Amino acid sequence: MIRVLIADDEAPARALLREMLSAEPDVEILGEAATGLEAVKVAGELKPDAVFLDIEMPKLDGFEVLELLDPRIAVVFVTAYDSHALRAFEVHAVDYVLKPYRAERLREALSRARARVGDRPDPALLARAARPPGQYTQRVVVKDGAHIHVIPLERLDYAQAQDDYVALRTEGKTLLKSQTLGALEASLDPSLFVRVHRSFLVRLDRIRALEPYGKNDHVAVLLDGTRVPVSREGYARLRELLE
Amino acid sequence: MHPVLTDRRRLAMYAAAAVPLALAGVGLLAQGRNALPPAAAAMIAFPLSMAATLLLLPLWYLCRALPAYETSFYRLLLTHSAGALLTALAAVYLGGALARLVASTRAGTGIEAGYQARSAGVMVAGALVYLLAVSFHYVLLGVDATRRAEQHSMELAILAREAELRALRAQVHPHFLFNSLNSISALVSTDPLRAREMCVLLAEFFRKTLALGERREVTLEDELAVARTYLAIEGLRLGTRLSFEEAVEDAARACRLPPLLLQPLVENAIRHGISTRPDGGVLRIEARTDGQRMRISVENPFDPDAPPRPGLGVGLANVRRRLLAGYGDRARVEAERGEDRFRVAISMPAEAVE
Repeated sequence: MIRVLIADDEAPARALLREMLSAEPDVEILGEAATGLEAVKVAGELKPDAVFLDIEMPKLDGFEVLELLDPRIAVVFVTAYDSHALRAFEVHAVDYVLKPYRAERLREALSRARARVGDRPDPALLARAARPPGQYTQRVVVKDGAHIHVIPLERLDYAQAQDDYVALRTEGKTLLKSQTLGALEASLDPSLFVRVHRSFLVRLDRIRALEPYGKNDHVAVLLDGTRVPVSREGYARLRELLE
Repeated sequence: MHPVLTDRRRLAMYAAAAVPLALAGVGLLAQGRNALPPAAAAMIAFPLSMAATLLLLPLWYLCRALPAYETSFYRLLLTHSAGALLTALAAVYLGGALARLVASTRAGTGIEAGYQARSAGVMVAGALVYLLAVSFHYVLLGVDATRRAEQHSMELAILAREAELRALRAQVHPHFLFNSLNSISALVSTDPLRAREMCVLLAEFFRKTLALGERREVTLEDELAVARTYLAIEGLRLGTRLSFEEAVEDAARACRLPPLLLQPLVENAIRHGISTRPDGGVLRIEARTDGQRMRISVENPFDPDAPPRPGLGVGLANVRRRLLAGYGDRARVEAERGEDRFRVAISMPAEAVE
């Protein structure tokens, strides 16, 4: 038995998925969502095994939803946009079904999802690879219990690695996201955010001053007075960007 | 670069002009009282006119620096009078030197005296040759300018046509087709009548788009008919999320538009606007005219917190380009982004379809 959630903002598209999926003997449809936000919330409550997910949806797009879902949930993209398909496959996306589709194609995706339940690559990696090259993320999404924060990049001051999480500093608040600092760094425009230290990624225009610290090191003083350590490599990177 | 020096044919023609000039010079020197022997006259006149044609070639640069229609009359008069005077003096001096040279080979023929008697004539001829050269160069510059203008307007026409083609190609987004087909696929089992309606609407939309794309100009009403069909299809897909208001004056309906100008704006209003809102909204098209100008606006709500969708700005840029190509500064496009409303306003000449 596989328990699935359907997320698409178009009623006919949801109806089609429901019709085809409910014809399968071992599928239980837990619910439907009409926006990306709803998809994340409903998935948090109902804990499905798989989500059939559209990409262009209100509030949060399919990639953002993917990042926020429990990594054990198998995600099948169902979309009319084929431009991301190739990269999604390269990183072992569970599946990528193009609209319109036949029942057999959906059945195939379903069996892939079944085989992959509980075994999925880093969602941030998947989401990043599914973006067109040279196109960086415009905002960072974070799930904080039942609440979902969307942080536009202009409001992200810096990020700090904390074990398996990154602490995101925005407007005086700190939000934790389950992601590696490296994955976050790779999704952001490198001319805006600089890895100044193994554990710190800073928005360049938040840096007010660089001060020497100890013999070889520096600290970056941010606009709000926060002091962030700068490693030797980080200092070299900063100088390169600032010159 | 100098147009005569860079073109062999032109250079040959220009050099050939020295021949009639020299013959005229012979005529001047070998007639009347104290006439020079024709052979001696030729020995003076040929080198002199050769020198004149060659030395006057750089005049092109002077003429280019002083364009006939942009330079003040007095400046032109002053410059070219000085040039004529200089040429006249140079001609008479050079001619005198040639006369002495020729005279030194044939003693006592009165060549020098004959030349002296005609020095005024030589000066006048020199000045005339200068003025001839100046007019020749202005004509040349004029021909070049005309050709450049022609080339420029041709390039503009090609650009306009390209923008047009690009716009038409961009018209029908494949995603629109795929999403519509997916809706049909869904409706076939749940609501066959609506599925059939969608098939018919899709066919109508493509038929109208293709027909309009082949015409050079259409009326606003033609455009609105395409938009209505398009919105009917999107309405089946988006359900109650999409509503449409049309506030268009009857006089404006007959006004001329480049084909499928509005379509990208209507598509954007849905893709980047209404479909980003969970509850959708109203797409409003307004058009009015005072007989001189026509004003069209497309307005829609959008979700400021929605994830940005790729392709934002492409349609609008295309509309701007096409209006610029077709109307220059007589048309204006303004995009107004409010807190949660987006409005594109076009102001253009109100013209009837021919």
